[in-house]
Amino acid sequence: MQVEKFRYDNRIPKLFLIATIFWGAVGMLAGLLIAFQLAFPALNFDLPFTTFGRVRPVHTNAVIFAFVGNGIFTAVYYSLPRLLKTPMWSNTLSKIHFWGWQLIIAVGATTLLLGYTTAKEYAELEWPLDIAITVIWVVFGINMFGTIFTRRERHLYVAIWFYIASWVTVAMLHIVNSFELPVSLLKSYSWYAGVQDALVQWWYGHNAVAFFLTTPYLGLMYYFLPKAAERPIYSYRLSIVHFWSLIFIYIWAGPHHLLYTALPEWAQSLGTAFSVMLLLPSWGGMLNGLFTLRGAWDKVREDPVLKFFVVAVTCYGMSTFEGPMLSLKNVNAISHYSDWTVAHVHIGALGWNGFLTFGMAYWLVPRLFSTNLYSKKMAAQHFWLGTLGIVLYAIPMYWAAFRSYFMMSAFTPEGQLQYQFIDVVQSMIPFYILRAIGGSIYLLGVLLMVYNLVKTAKQGSFLKFEEAEAPRLEKAYKPQPGTFWHAVIERKPTLLLVLSLIVVGLGGIFELIPTFLVKSNVPTIASVKPYTPLELQGRDIYIREGCYNCHSQMIRPFRYEVTRYGEYSKAGEFVYDHPFQWGSKRTGPDLARIGGKYPDSWHFNHMLDPESMAPGSVMPKYPWLFENKLDISTTNSKIHAMRKLGVPYPIGYEKEANEELKKQATDITNNLAKDKIKISSDKEIIALIAYLQRLGKDIKGEEKESLASK
Amino acid sequence: MMVIILLLIISICISGGFLIAFLWSVKDGQYDDNYAAANRILFDQTKNKD
Repeated sequence: MQVEKFRYDNRIPKLFLIATIFWGAVGMLAGLLIAFQLAFPALNFDLPFTTFGRVRPVHTNAVIFAFVGNGIFTAVYYSLPRLLKTPMWSNTLSKIHFWGWQLIIAVGATTLLLGYTTAKEYAELEWPLDIAITVIWVVFGINMFGTIFTRRERHLYVAIWFYIASWVTVAMLHIVNSFELPVSLLKSYSWYAGVQDALVQWWYGHNAVAFFLTTPYLGLMYYFLPKAAERPIYSYRLSIVHFWSLIFIYIWAGPHHLLYTALPEWAQSLGTAFSVMLLLPSWGGMLNGLFTLRGAWDKVREDPVLKFFVVAVTCYGMSTFEGPMLSLKNVNAISHYSDWTVAHVHIGALGWNGFLTFGMAYWLVPRLFSTNLYSKKMAAQHFWLGTLGIVLYAIPMYWAAFRSYFMMSAFTPEGQLQYQFIDVVQSMIPFYILRAIGGSIYLLGVLLMVYNLVKTAKQGSFLKFEEAEAPRLEKAYKPQPGTFWHAVIERKPTLLLVLSLIVVGLGGIFELIPTFLVKSNVPTIASVKPYTPLELQGRDIYIREGCYNCHSQMIRPFRYEVTRYGEYSKAGEFVYDHPFQWGSKRTGPDLARIGGKYPDSWHFNHMLDPESMAPGSVMPKYPWLFENKLDISTTNSKIHAMRKLGVPYPIGYEKEANEELKKQATDITNNLAKDKIKISSDKEIIALIAYLQRLGKDIKGEEKESLASK
Repeated sequence: MMVIILLLIISICISGGFLIAFLWSVKDGQYDDNYAAANRILFDQTKNKD
C-alpha cells in the first residue's frame, strides 16, 4: 500500500464560481427587463435587440446554461477530485472547457439579440453553436471520465452517479433535438416538422429541466449538503432508489407540455401517467435532503449556508409536487399558456437552483480563500431578501393565471364571450408589476452576496492547491466475498454510464419512434399546402423576432378557445412547419387562425404601433420592419432546404420563387394603397403580413369545400 | 398501432426486469452497509487546515 501525494487544483472551481455568479446576475437582469417590459411596453425602446421577443430567450438561456450550467461545473470540478482522491484528469481540458463554455455563452447571447434563433425554446441557439456546445460537452465528458478512471477511491459516491447520468442524457437530448438543416451560416430549419417537431422539442425541453436543472443539482446537493451539515446523507439506500427511478421516469414526461394540443392522445396520456409517477422519486430526493438535517436544526438557525439549502430543497419539493399536478389534464387546461407555468418554473429556478447555488457559494468561497465568511449577518439578509423575492414573484403569477383563466372562459348568458383578450391583458398588468418587484428584491439579494463574497475573498488568500495523499488503487481488485451486484455497479463507472443511457434512452425511444412511424398520428389534410416564398420569408421574420414567446399557434378544443380564435388545431395542419410554432405562453392572443381576420392595413398599423389598433396592448412596436429591405437572396436556398426536408415544392421552383414573391408582395402593397398606405413592396413588413394572412387559411378553405359538396 | 403494442410489451418486460432486480437486491441485503459510503465524503484527506 504505497501512499501517493497529489494536489487538488482550486483555480478552475474558482473561475467557474465567478462565472456562475456573473452570468447569474446578467441573466436575472435580462429577466428583470422583460418582466418590466410586460407592464411598460415603452421599455422595449423600439429597437430590435432590446425587444421582448429577443431578450426573453437571452434570459432563459443565460439562466439555464450560463448560471446553472456554470454552477454545475463549479460543483463537479470541486467535488469530483475530492470524492475520487485524484486531481482533475487534464488541466488543459479543464481550461478549454471553461473558456469554451464562456465563449459559447457570450456569442450565443449576441446572436440571440441579433435575431439568429431556431425558435425552439431553450434550444434557440443556431447550428454552429449547437456544434460548439457538443464539442465542449464532449471535452467535459472526457475530462470527467479521465478523472474517474484514474481515481484512488474505488467506490463512486452517489453525487457522481448523478453527474454521469446528467452528462450522458444532456448529450443525447441536445444531439437529437438539434437535428437541423443549415440554410446559411446562422440560419437553419429543424429536421422535424409540426407534431413531430413539437414532441421532440418538449421531450428535450422538459428533460433540460430534468437533466440540466435537476439531476446535476441533486449531485450537488448530495455532496454539499452533508458537507455543510457535517453529517452523512440520511439514507444511502434511498439515494440509490431515488437515482434509478428518477432518471428512468423523467424522460417520459415531455408530452405534458402538449396536453390538449394536436399531439396524439396516446402520447399525451403517456406523458401524464409518467409525470404523476415522478412525484415519488422526486420527493424521495427531497426527503433524503431534509432528513439529513435531523438533529441539526440548531445549526440551521446559525448557518446561512444551511438556511439556503433547506429552502432550496423545500422549493424542490414544492416544484416537484406542483409538476405532477400540472400534468393532470384538467389542471393543465387552466395552467397551459398562462403565468402558472412561469410561476412553477421560477419556484424551481429561483428556489431550488438559485438557493442551492448561493448556499454552495457561501460554503465554498471561505474554503477557497482559507478564511471565514466576511458577514454572516449579510448572508442571512440575502436569505430573507431571496425568500421574499420568490414569494412576491410566485403569488402574483398564480393569481394572474387563475384570473386570466376565469376571464377567458367567461360567457354571457346570451352565449357571447364576456371579455375581449385586451381586457385580460389589462388586468394582468398589476400582477406583472408585482412580479417584477419580487424579481428586483431577489436580484438585490444576489448583489448583496457579490459584495459579501468579494469582501470574503479580499480578507483571505487564495488557496491555489490543496495537498492530499492516498494509496493507489490495486489493479487486481478482488471483491470481498458477499458483496452484491449493485455494489459492483457503484465501482464501475463505464457500466454505470451504459446502464444510465439504457434507462434514459428507453423513454425517449418509446415516445419518439411511434410518433415518427405511425402514419395515423398525423392525418393528412388535402387542402394544406406549402408556404409561398413570401410567406416563408415572413415566417422567418416571425421566428427572428421571437413572436412565439407571446403568441401561440395552437387552439385547444375548448368552447371558449374555439369561440375566441376559431376551429381547433389539427395535427395535419403543421406538416410543412419546420420548426413548429405552437408556443407555450399566451401573453398575446393565439394566431393559428389570424389569416383573413383583419385587412392588411390593420396588420400594417398594428405592427407599427399596436396601441393604434388595440388600445391597451402591451405589444412592442416594430418600426424596423418598415425600413429593412427583405433579403430575397436567401429565397433560393430556403426553398431548396425545405424541399430536402420533404416539403413538396416542384423541382426547379427556386428559379421562379422570387418572381412569385415579388408578385405577392405587389398585391399586398396594392391592397395597402387602397387604404391610403404608401410603402414600397420590398420591405420586411410585407412578408410578415403575407405570413400572418396565411395562418389557418388552408383549413378554412376545406370547411367551405365540404359544405359545398353536401 | 402494432408498433405501440410491440413497444408496450418490450417496455413492460424491461421495467419488470428492473423491478425484479430491485426487489431481489433489497431482499438480498445489498443495502445493508450504507454507513461507509455516506460517511467517507465527510473526511477530506487534505493537509490544509479547514
